Amino acid sequence: MTAAVAEEVGARRYETVIGIETHCELATATKMFCACPTAFGADPNTQVCPVCLGEPGSLPVVNARAVEFAARIGVALHSRIAERSQFHRKNYFYPDMPKNYQISQYDEPLCVGGWLDVDVDGAARRIGITRVHLEEDTGKSLHVGATGRIHGADYSLVDYNRAGIPLVEIVSEPDLRSADEARAYAEELRAVLLALGVSDAKLEEGSMRFDVNVSIRPVGHAELGTKVELKNLNSLRSLHRAVGYEAERQRRVLADGGELAQETRHWDEGAGRTEPMRSKEYATDYRYFPEPDLVPIQATADWVERLRATLPELPAEQRARLAEATGLPAKEIGWLVRDPEVLAYFQKVAEGRDPRAVAGWVMGELQRDLRELDHTMATNPVSPERLGELLDLVAAGTVSATAAKDVLAEMFSSDASPAVIVDRKGLAQISDTAELEAVVDRVVAANPELVDKVRGGKRGVLGALVGQVMRETHGRANPKLVNELLERAIG
Amino acid sequence: MPISRADVQHVARLARLALTDEELDRFQAQLSLILDEADKIKRLPTEGVPPTAHPLPRVNVWRDDTPGPCLTREEALSTAPEVEQDRFMVPRIIEEEP
Amino acid sequence: MNLADLTAHELAARFAAGEATAVAATEAALERIRATDDRLHAFLTVTGEQALHDAAGVDAARQRGEALGPLAGVPLALKDVLVTKGVRTTAGSKILDEFVPPYDATVVTRLRQAGVVILGKTNMDEFAMGSSTENSGFGPTRNPWDPSRVPGGSSGGSAAAVAAGLATLGIGTDTGGSIRQPASLCGIVGVKPTYGLVSRYGLIAFASSLDQVGPLTRDVRDAATLLEAISGHDPMDSTSIPEAPTDFSSRLEAGVDGLRVGVVDELFLEGTDAGVLARVREALDRLERLGARLEPCSLPSFEYALSAYYLIAPAECSSNLARYDGVRWGLRAKDAGDVVDMMQRTRQAGFGPEVKRRIMLGTYALSAGYYDAYYGQAQKVRTLVLRELQAAFQRFDLLAGPTSPSVAFPIGERVDDPLAMYLSDVFTIPVNLAGNAAVSVPAGLADGLPVGLQLIAPALGEATMLRAAWAFEQDLGLGARPKEVRP
Repeated sequence: MTAAVAEEVGARRYETVIGIETHCELATATKMFCACPTAFGADPNTQVCPVCLGEPGSLPVVNARAVEFAARIGVALHSRIAERSQFHRKNYFYPDMPKNYQISQYDEPLCVGGWLDVDVDGAARRIGITRVHLEEDTGKSLHVGATGRIHGADYSLVDYNRAGIPLVEIVSEPDLRSADEARAYAEELRAVLLALGVSDAKLEEGSMRFDVNVSIRPVGHAELGTKVELKNLNSLRSLHRAVGYEAERQRRVLADGGELAQETRHWDEGAGRTEPMRSKEYATDYRYFPEPDLVPIQATADWVERLRATLPELPAEQRARLAEATGLPAKEIGWLVRDPEVLAYFQKVAEGRDPRAVAGWVMGELQRDLRELDHTMATNPVSPERLGELLDLVAAGTVSATAAKDVLAEMFSSDASPAVIVDRKGLAQISDTAELEAVVDRVVAANPELVDKVRGGKRGVLGALVGQVMRETHGRANPKLVNELLERAIG
Repeated sequence: MPISRADVQHVARLARLALTDEELDRFQAQLSLILDEADKIKRLPTEGVPPTAHPLPRVNVWRDDTPGPCLTREEALSTAPEVEQDRFMVPRIIEEEP
Repeated sequence: MNLADLTAHELAARFAAGEATAVAATEAALERIRATDDRLHAFLTVTGEQALHDAAGVDAARQRGEALGPLAGVPLALKDVLVTKGVRTTAGSKILDEFVPPYDATVVTRLRQAGVVILGKTNMDEFAMGSSTENSGFGPTRNPWDPSRVPGGSSGGSAAAVAAGLATLGIGTDTGGSIRQPASLCGIVGVKPTYGLVSRYGLIAFASSLDQVGPLTRDVRDAATLLEAISGHDPMDSTSIPEAPTDFSSRLEAGVDGLRVGVVDELFLEGTDAGVLARVREALDRLERLGARLEPCSLPSFEYALSAYYLIAPAECSSNLARYDGVRWGLRAKDAGDVVDMMQRTRQAGFGPEVKRRIMLGTYALSAGYYDAYYGQAQKVRTLVLRELQAAFQRFDLLAGPTSPSVAFPIGERVDDPLAMYLSDVFTIPVNLAGNAAVSVPAGLADGLPVGLQLIAPALGEATMLRAAWAFEQDLGLGARPKEVRP
């Protein structure tokens, strides 16, 4: 390596260039080319038929809803829906592929071009989309041997339930420049898919998968550097960590005077690094040709317009609308909008209430309790109506915010209304001036040094006195009133 | 355009055929002959002529997203050379999926 | 007369008149098979017990006064390329020697619904690749006219069975001539329907854009009736025609007066047997006498059709046959080091030389760097053939010529010369490329061996070509049946 290049690398004037290929299973009732169900988790080889098993003589028939879903994704990503697109065969041998070819799309995909606007820590970035196309998923192999991974296995066992499930492949342009951007893009794309209702996008179940291309190049160069592909990153966290690691690794290699190999690497979550995959002996040649068992797709302008007209509100629009309606900061809105269930819940509770207060509770205490009690928003036993009732009690001063936290926890296991729980647990806030004055007087009398400090200008010490009143009242005193009364008592 | 021995070996590998040396020789000769036949069609006036993938001019043949009957697991596995844990058993897979 | 030698419509008349039963017809066929098939080797699997059971069912239904179709109770030979649930299906290949499919082809379902009695599965060139049935993994079938000769292929088993009286009806498949050519060589009627008219669901694929299932019968009326029973839209086949015509037999007797027939120059190639040329010219004269208007016609793209076909068909087949890898069904090589080793050795052991050759050729034609020059170019040539045929059908109602350049050739004569073998298909291939319909009808003998006249129709023109074939056949008179291989 020349001295000039070494200097550049040493001075860190390299930029990272990232492109993401996302595979997403569509939430159709049946597979891409046959009527088998697509439910996750069925017993092995019980959701198969001659078509998805690739039995001799079988033929594919396209699932209309899968085409519609894929086109919706294209419209949401501002792609052009091709007037005419075609399925192609991608030929290669692998035991989880029943026909030893995958029906996919090659140079005539359903959706071409487009973009996705992504917010990265306040900065707006427009990430280009190259294409969106349809294909079928493969079966799943269990590797039997030492580690359960493919290397070192003695043999493998194949389940074809997943074979034939509709997949959409979404390819981004190499417009991403950091691990943060990559993660933001993945999150936004996931939010779009969820909002469209076309996929359950569960990374942990494999219904959304990422392959990431990472390369580095000197800033100002137009040419792309040597590309490394990272495969099957199955959580947003792995995506973020893997991209960060790889970008750094590539810089280190160049800084050490080495050369980068164009290769595919596997992310090892435990070790926190990417590992080279076993290199292939022979080049793969997919020998694409148009699928003779299927006829082309013709998308008329009318059909596309109808899809566009019936598109649901997308996350970007949801965020804009919420910002205007609630005045909440962008970060909080982003969080609320990411999961349609959370958003729907929030919107119900926020009806007729202060959105900031609602957001605070939904994002804070509720999330904490959900996590602690092993729930998700999907299994949340606290209905939006009940949470709303609780917030109303707090707003009315019937219960303090602190006490309300206990009430919420109780609501996870009780059907009773918050008012009943407050009563039952004796958590009603004390707002009786006379009652509180008596306690305040006692506390003031018992803490002459603290009182002097407050009189002397150390207003912060007032908090300690408030704390004592709260302790004496078992947390039930109305803190605002306590503050007022203490101020009056101390003078 | 003659085919080289290396070409034939590469094609055999792509097609997952463990050909003998004798077969490699034979195919090299025969494929070359046939491809000479194919060279004839290079001379035809196909400028601007679209390819025909289907003799039928149909588009948009689709089906409803309605579940239909599956094979039972027994039927699905009935043809399998080797079965274990209700799955198709294969000898160890060395290469990762491309 | 032996029930096994009647046509389906003759049998139907006897059934209706109470003069014969389906069981008796089936027994007659099974007896023929027992007596002659050791020599002929038309069948790979005979399902005698099931056939008798099905025949008894038809007879019982008739006794009950149920309305039955014209094919109910008629024995049929099914080419072993269509899957039959619970019944061994090999596609003529060792790689599927013990394959028992878990489902029925749509054609099979429709045949059963029509009350047809399936006698068994017939021999064929392996995966339908060949023109002589010598490429079968289980030995050749012999031509009933001369057992030292081939019956043609790839539907040789079904053709021989029908010609020799082992089955009243036969089903074959045609990708480059595999119904018409054996029909011609065995002296029977064979129809390749318009692409998409008959469902391919359950047809073990060779070349997806060319394959079609069709009838092999003793006369044209049977062919029309059988075609009606199996054709029609199938939602399981995306290439199936949605509103296809369903009547091919009611106007069979309408005659050929004024029918414009184009005699294709390119179908009278140098190298065609003199005897074939003579019979075909006589046949054309006969058509003219019957009222048809004949004119010469040139279709230059036909010369290139063979080359295009020999790139397209192997390319599609190389992909269609990838699924035979020892994983899910069929042969599996033992003691493999790993799955790739297992797949390679399984395919090496299970496929015959012709199949391997076409897989190699097809893989090559599709591989990186060669696609545009070979497969891509071939698909464009296909368009030229299609357009030329469409233009010809502006001027003509039908096109005519010989089905095959030769009569049945001796077993072993061409099997080591692939180019010579491929040339057997030169007259039939253009029709598959364009997706049209065609029929081969017996036109007499040359040196004691059958010659076929081919009539080519525009897409969905079956009714026209069948009525012309019927008129010709009736005028010629149903000729001698093969005397060899009779008990």
